[in-house]
Amino acid sequence: MGKLIGPPNDLSNNLFFTTVDKVVNWSRRSALWPETFGIACCAIEMIATGCSRYDLDRFGVVFRSSPRQCDVMVIAGTVTKKFAPVVKLLYDQMAEPRWVIAMGTCAISGGVYNTYAVVQGSERIVPVDVHVPGCPPRPDALMHGFLMLQEKIKSGRTRAEEPSALWQ
Amino acid sequence: MAIGLQSILDLLDERVQSAVVESHDPLGMPTLVIDAERIVDVCRYLRDTPALGFDFLCDLCGVDFHPQTPRFEVVYHLYSIAHKHRLRLKCKLVEGTKIPSVTQVWNTANWHERETYDMYGIVFADHPDLRRIYMWEEFEGWPMRKDFPLRGYKDQYNPFGEEGSPPEST
Repeated sequence: MGKLIGPPNDLSNNLFFTTVDKVVNWSRRSALWPETFGIACCAIEMIATGCSRYDLDRFGVVFRSSPRQCDVMVIAGTVTKKFAPVVKLLYDQMAEPRWVIAMGTCAISGGVYNTYAVVQGSERIVPVDVHVPGCPPRPDALMHGFLMLQEKIKSGRTRAEEPSALWQ
Repeated sequence: MAIGLQSILDLLDERVQSAVVESHDPLGMPTLVIDAERIVDVCRYLRDTPALGFDFLCDLCGVDFHPQTPRFEVVYHLYSIAHKHRLRLKCKLVEGTKIPSVTQVWNTANWHERETYDMYGIVFADHPDLRRIYMWEEFEGWPMRKDFPLRGYKDQYNPFGEEGSPPEST
């Protein structure tokens, strides 16, 4: 028998207590990886937001090239009816939990394109968490959208069931 | 550099001249209205006659004059790279009739004719691959026709569209 190692004397410096929700939400919101996926002119602003001048990386937002590795989809541009099934497919390919940011007027409502070819709001294809208005929105606005999404994740529940359901 | 309408008409042989329905010169742009049935003959002559040498088809598009008759028009814009001159051809089409494809004269007409078919429902006879080019295959109707509603027809993506579905016609 070796010498027993007792607990350290000063517990307050080595342990902290929290809830699962807080830890999981913290890890989720601190590494939001969006899809490298742009549709129209808003995508150019999205690229600018990701590049060094505005630098989304400092929020832990890093663009990934596979939907399998992503948890955010930024719908950046006009969604045509022809392209709608592709947007849906890319959403379905993301692992849960997943979020959607509708960037720009076209993605929010179809914008000026109230025509036979354009989806009148991406809410009709996928559930949208944050709407970022603008035509196109400035990089600051998109960044603000990401921060809003982080706030939303922060206040969310990580368990699917209500706590009371666990006791039944 | 520019070639006048009269000098183009002078260069046409009798056979081609008989296909010219009318000719005019709006804003200095020589324009010939051609009998739709004989468009391929005319185009081949315009391309192969050295003095004319229209070796490049700039554009081919449709026009809908609804509710006039004949309803449609197909417009060709030609250019000669060697001579640097231009010519416009027009063919009037009654709804439901076909127009021969000029893909055998200029290959580039392939996609232009597909676009015209996609937007206006104008059918080009003997086209090698006449299917929609912009709209998806299941799309119904011809969106650039004047009787097609701008907002399209109501579906899961567009609650603002018109009720119903497009009339069956080509």
